[in-house]
Amino acid sequence: MHELSIVMGIVRIAEAEARKSGYDAIDEIELEIGELAGVEMEAFDFAWNQAKRGTMLDKAEKIVHRPEGIARCLGCGQTFRMNNLYDACTCCGSCFSDIVQGREFKVKSITV
Amino acid sequence: MCVTCGCGTATTHNHTHASENQGHFGTKTVMEVEKDILYENNLLAQRNRGYFEGKNIYCLNLVSSPGSGKTSLLEKTLTDLKQELNFAVIEGDQQTSFDADRIAATGTKVTQINTGKGCHLDAHMILHALQGMNLGHNLVLFIENVGNLVCPSMFDLGESLRVVVISTTEGDDKPLKYPDMFYTSDVCVVNKTDLLPYVSFDMEKVRTNALRINPNLRFFEVSCTTGEGLQEWYDWLKTTVTQSLQPQ
Repeated sequence: MHELSIVMGIVRIAEAEARKSGYDAIDEIELEIGELAGVEMEAFDFAWNQAKRGTMLDKAEKIVHRPEGIARCLGCGQTFRMNNLYDACTCCGSCFSDIVQGREFKVKSITV
Repeated sequence: MCVTCGCGTATTHNHTHASENQGHFGTKTVMEVEKDILYENNLLAQRNRGYFEGKNIYCLNLVSSPGSGKTSLLEKTLTDLKQELNFAVIEGDQQTSFDADRIAATGTKVTQINTGKGCHLDAHMILHALQGMNLGHNLVLFIENVGNLVCPSMFDLGESLRVVVISTTEGDDKPLKYPDMFYTSDVCVVNKTDLLPYVSFDMEKVRTNALRINPNLRFFEVSCTTGEGLQEWYDWLKTTVTQSLQPQ
């Protein structure tokens, strides 16, 4: 259940940003969590509802962007859709690849 | 550029803002944050890494399911190599100091972190453990993470290498079921090879599955009970550590 520590990290980042500019409530938070980032979204949402209570994010709308996994094959250079970390290149079958999208894991913006 | 969200394409605006929907256009401010959610942990991990570099410490983070044999692998390694390398250990468990007691019995400096309900160690816990340990220079530090094949994968502790341990009693589909841990590890130790005749564990399948996720993974097959395969692990460890640590 590392999703709880993750949500608490998000709360700390968002509150610190808002406080820096003198705000005490956040209306909206925009997150980017790639499909290959290793986060179970059901657990994340559960943790979110618990951890936001009593924080500046209590009433905030949460928008989560989920970039799909895309990798570039180191063998043939082909870019392919990676649904799982163990997916091989759809063109040449090589497992040597660089993930170019899908590991994103950040707070993009807050609206105050 | 759009002044509300800064998206840079005010002319091709195909989304609306919550503030507009609420009829308070202009009263709200969007603040770009663009910060990694784990940045606090990653920052502290880099701090730990700097500490290790300054003290010439080689750090290995051991991860696995509960019961794969992390502590047994450590006990064997510490006992058999203590004449050749200096060791220290940080033990992570939810409760008790059982593992730390086992390590202390080998004569190695050890500290126990109890995470309570926490399912993983993070860089912050390691930072404080290090402060209390007062480590010397030129040594190998093992961090035995909480037995959990999911959560510790996201948390960099500042280690030089991550070692995932699996055992032959766990099933050969484990890498595919828990790909994140194998993706982020550098070394895979398969323990309990002495039980291979009694379990339906296909070593080749495990290797193939793990290498599909991480083709750079280095494998060791060992039995901490019989000692089989440990020499290869020791040789690799000694070579890696000696090459990495600068003579001082």
